[in-house]
Amino acid sequence: MATFKMHLLVCGGTGCRASESENLFHNLRTGIIQKGLENDVQVLTTGCFGFCEKGPIVKVLPDNTFYTMVKPEDAGEIIEEHIIKGRKVQRLLYVNPLTSEKVEDSKHMGFYRKQLRIALRNCGFIDPENIDEYIARDGYAALGTCLTEMTPEQVIELMKKSGLRGRGGGGFPTGLKWEITRASKADQKYVVCNADEGDPGAFMDRSILEGDPHSVIEAMAICGYCIEATKGLVYIRAEYPLAIERLKIAIKQAREYGLLGKDILGTGFDFDIELRYGAGAFVCGEETALIHSMEGFRGEPTVKPPFPSVSGYNGKPTNVNNVETFANVPVIINRGAEWFASIGTEKSKGTKVFALAGKINNVGLIEVPMGITLREVIYEIGGGIKEGKKFKAVQTGGPSGGCLTEKHLDTPIDYDNLIAAGSMMGSGGMIVMDEDDCMVSIAKFYLDFTVEESCGKCAPCRIGNKRLNEILEKICKGEGSMEDIALLRNLSNVVKDTSLCGLGQTSPNPVLSTLDNFYDEYLAHVNERKCPSGQCKALLQYWIEPENCVGCTACARNCPVNAIAGERKGVHIIDQATCIKCGACMEKCKFNAVFIK
Amino acid sequence: MEMINLTIDNKKIQVEKGTSLLDAAKTVGINIPTLCYLHLHDLDITNKPAGCRICVVEVKGRRNLAPACVTECTEGMEVNTHNIRVLNARKTVMELILSDHPTDCLVCAKSGNCELQSLAHELGIRKLHYQGEQSHYREDTSPAIIRDVDKCIMCRRCEMMCNDVQTVGVLSAVNRGFMSVVAPAFEMNLDHSVCTYCGQCVAVCPTGALTEVDHTNSVIRALADPSKTVIVQTAPAVRAALGEEFGMEPGTLVTGKLVAALRRLGFDYVFDTDFAADLTIMEEGTELLDRLNRHLSGDKDVKLPILTSCCPGWVNFFEHQFPEMRDIPSTARSPQQMFGSIAKTYFADKLGIKRENMVVVSIMPCLAKKYECARDEFKVDGNPDVDFAVSTRELANLIKQSNIDFNSLDDDDFDRPLGESTGAGVIFGVTGGVIEAATRTAYEVFTGKKLEKVEFQQLRGMEWVRSATVDFDGLPIKIGIAHGLGNARKLLEDVRDGKADFHAIEIMACPGGCIGGGGQPLHHGDSSILKARTAAIYREDESKVIRKSHENPFIIQLYEEFLGKPCSHKSHQLLHTHYFDKSKAVEIE
Repeated sequence: MATFKMHLLVCGGTGCRASESENLFHNLRTGIIQKGLENDVQVLTTGCFGFCEKGPIVKVLPDNTFYTMVKPEDAGEIIEEHIIKGRKVQRLLYVNPLTSEKVEDSKHMGFYRKQLRIALRNCGFIDPENIDEYIARDGYAALGTCLTEMTPEQVIELMKKSGLRGRGGGGFPTGLKWEITRASKADQKYVVCNADEGDPGAFMDRSILEGDPHSVIEAMAICGYCIEATKGLVYIRAEYPLAIERLKIAIKQAREYGLLGKDILGTGFDFDIELRYGAGAFVCGEETALIHSMEGFRGEPTVKPPFPSVSGYNGKPTNVNNVETFANVPVIINRGAEWFASIGTEKSKGTKVFALAGKINNVGLIEVPMGITLREVIYEIGGGIKEGKKFKAVQTGGPSGGCLTEKHLDTPIDYDNLIAAGSMMGSGGMIVMDEDDCMVSIAKFYLDFTVEESCGKCAPCRIGNKRLNEILEKICKGEGSMEDIALLRNLSNVVKDTSLCGLGQTSPNPVLSTLDNFYDEYLAHVNERKCPSGQCKALLQYWIEPENCVGCTACARNCPVNAIAGERKGVHIIDQATCIKCGACMEKCKFNAVFIK
Repeated sequence: MEMINLTIDNKKIQVEKGTSLLDAAKTVGINIPTLCYLHLHDLDITNKPAGCRICVVEVKGRRNLAPACVTECTEGMEVNTHNIRVLNARKTVMELILSDHPTDCLVCAKSGNCELQSLAHELGIRKLHYQGEQSHYREDTSPAIIRDVDKCIMCRRCEMMCNDVQTVGVLSAVNRGFMSVVAPAFEMNLDHSVCTYCGQCVAVCPTGALTEVDHTNSVIRALADPSKTVIVQTAPAVRAALGEEFGMEPGTLVTGKLVAALRRLGFDYVFDTDFAADLTIMEEGTELLDRLNRHLSGDKDVKLPILTSCCPGWVNFFEHQFPEMRDIPSTARSPQQMFGSIAKTYFADKLGIKRENMVVVSIMPCLAKKYECARDEFKVDGNPDVDFAVSTRELANLIKQSNIDFNSLDDDDFDRPLGESTGAGVIFGVTGGVIEAATRTAYEVFTGKKLEKVEFQQLRGMEWVRSATVDFDGLPIKIGIAHGLGNARKLLEDVRDGKADFHAIEIMACPGGCIGGGGQPLHHGDSSILKARTAAIYREDESKVIRKSHENPFIIQLYEEFLGKPCSHKSHQLLHTHYFDKSKAVEIE
């Protein structure tokens, strides 16, 4: 990179590619060549920058200019103005939603300022399809150190000291897991990378694999060295074609460089990696279900013990870690356990990647140090609530997490605090809700997901979640009773208490946490037959205010079910029995005569 | 042996390391309820997916309740099996299971014999607090088994039997979440699968999801038809199990009462499948000796080992799974079909009636027999040799429907000529019995010497795969035995790969042989019942005066009057069959 004067980094993540970033890249590159600048300016495809909402993104180095929502046809202007004339293209700069000011470079963007990117260190910075760029950023140095200067025991000790815990949701200490798997004696052991990211809206693993696949490969090899495994398997969703493609390229390059395969770096250590494709079942993120799926069986969990570290893939000791966990490993080896352990809280070290979404200004992928507060994440990184509305809740931990409220905003985020607050870390989903969101509907939304994704093996999860969902539906329709609320709570507790795997043991969390934190909303649905947020269609009614109605007939003409009666220039009336609550009348009324009751 | 100390419901106990909480609790008189769990101790068959969550208990220090069936005892564990948290969870889970289960118990085939029903009663379920949508699936009626999977509770026992024990691989869980259910691939019907109709799925189903096709009404109609001569044959294993349906101890022999009951039901002739078993030995034994002699005289084309062919589940299995080896099994028909064939020819002639006016009913411990008797090759101009195969369970029901107080019946004797049998015929009902019966006859015919001792202990037992050598006067005859189709597969693969060196192999599809058949009274996971039935069969053998098939006077008479000699042209027509390649029979529509 040193010979170029400037670099244009074009995001090649799935999100930006969906908005034509490939064409943008092509236009930039041909433009640069046409201007004869190819020896001075390098155009690169990188992994995800995280700020997906504003994609496609082009970052210019060395000045860190951060262009957002760039179209392929903007390439000429960027080259002409920025590269040749040195003037930033103002219209493509990011605008701070709070101050409406344009931000000149990424260092001054709230979205990045509070982030600490360890797992995502190379995402948006290097070309993921070029192993040399990874190596230039200390890639494979950790593997070299481990193989030539450290015993497996020393590496495990270092991992334990670092305090790294599993990022897939369980939070089990990584070093300890490696130690247990190492202690299991067998002729063959396996390292498995869990890339079955299944939380709706979560894409941290995909981004890492798309943006920095070598970091995972390197870590898997290090793990293999520690546990005495020669085979690695990546269980990845088939719906991640780009991540699969980049992993394949990376594995091929690593083999060519002698960093995978036989006798790695001449140390006699053999390790290679194969891919296994998942069909996208959420439950296959559970490690025993994942292993069964890889073995060709139905993807459903089995009781632990035996743990995979004792009996896993094909009955052999298997170490399963998540993508993000692995991505942390090489840096920890390179920079030391003390450095890593200095970041975060007492029991949760390092950083965590979150997929920040919902009613928030800056939607995207972020990596923050453990111990940061929800308030910092939502208001500083996330740029606050959209349209200046009021914050109501934040749901963490994916579909089985809980909804936290205003009172939790200053809680430092770590594994234990989130559980204590009634939610969990999960794999890092974070969805922000505002005053317009009905919390009963939100709970139902998540139950819809878990009902769909339950494997059906154990009765409480298979039937219990369905019944929870049905009770919620009843309440949303205004047909619930106080007894239903009591049943909801009991059933939630029983499903948590009796389910076989983590899916059922956590799926009632959205119900319990909303019952705890938003009980008033449940009461309003049940006692007053009202949805305070106006989200539950069955509970709202459209009415026409006679004083405002001028009898223009617009509402009646646009009503799809002819529910509105009234003479021209006379007051109109909505027949509530016929009304389907589509809202067309309200939309068409120019006199603010239609209102919701 | 390392010992573990723990406390269950305040009782301090010591158990061996590796003991489950469920078993540990039993030792101190605590019966933790189970539903999906099944353990056939002597056969080493276990189903514990930990899916029903009925057996959950509280373990101090654990966040969630633990399923007792799969949780191992650990040192210092403190367990509570019935505090309010546990009881509430257990009853709530039971209510959930019932909320997705039809409530037509009054007219369900399993009513009164349903583990779900009993458990609901034991747990004191009086109201379903959680009600909602129920899952619905298409009902599937095959020639032998009915799948009413609305009643499936996903205990997975059938799946375990079908895959792990039988290695047939028809049943497995399909769909996700609320719609998940156990079914053949693509939710096809059983008759579009490689199902062998062994019925072991039915034998372990705790609910009415899997039941047999019920022919009792057809039998009642036949008995009521004055134009029909209705004759019945009863398989050996039936007499060792039927008593259980009337509250008798497992292992009670009810041969005499069985005959009396059948006579009261109105059958014109009450005969014994054991007679046909003796006939099978004559044919199969002759075939064995023929192949053996040819082998000894240097014939390289002769197929050895010879495999028994009296088990229809086994026949279906190799037709589907090993069609290339279908020339190895004996061509002898099963005793049920030999009986039907002889009844509708030899015996019908004796009575001077047409075969159309004779109805042959068989009482069988087996569900595959229902399929077998419906096979086209066992019909003459569309008229089947055996009209209806009725299970032991169906017969019990028929007896109850007919107001017969079974327990007070006086013993009665089978009719002749097709009711006379030997001890050799009786032991067809247990694993190893067919080959022992064949050995008794083949030995004497081959050596020309009289057997001093008819019991061959080396051929008996419950081990899945057994081998033994019998000395035929200096010639060691190597015999293999397997019960359970998974073990048959192992043995067959060894034969195919040239790894097995046997002259003859007996295979029974069901664990324990016919006494453990899919049509028998339900054992509900108690394998001691199978052992008791086995012992009863051997007792019946010992009580017989004649214990070798070739000494059965009515068999001798049958050959003299009708068949000529074993494996004669007529025998081949009436008593032998051929097998089909069914490997392509299953197609996805």
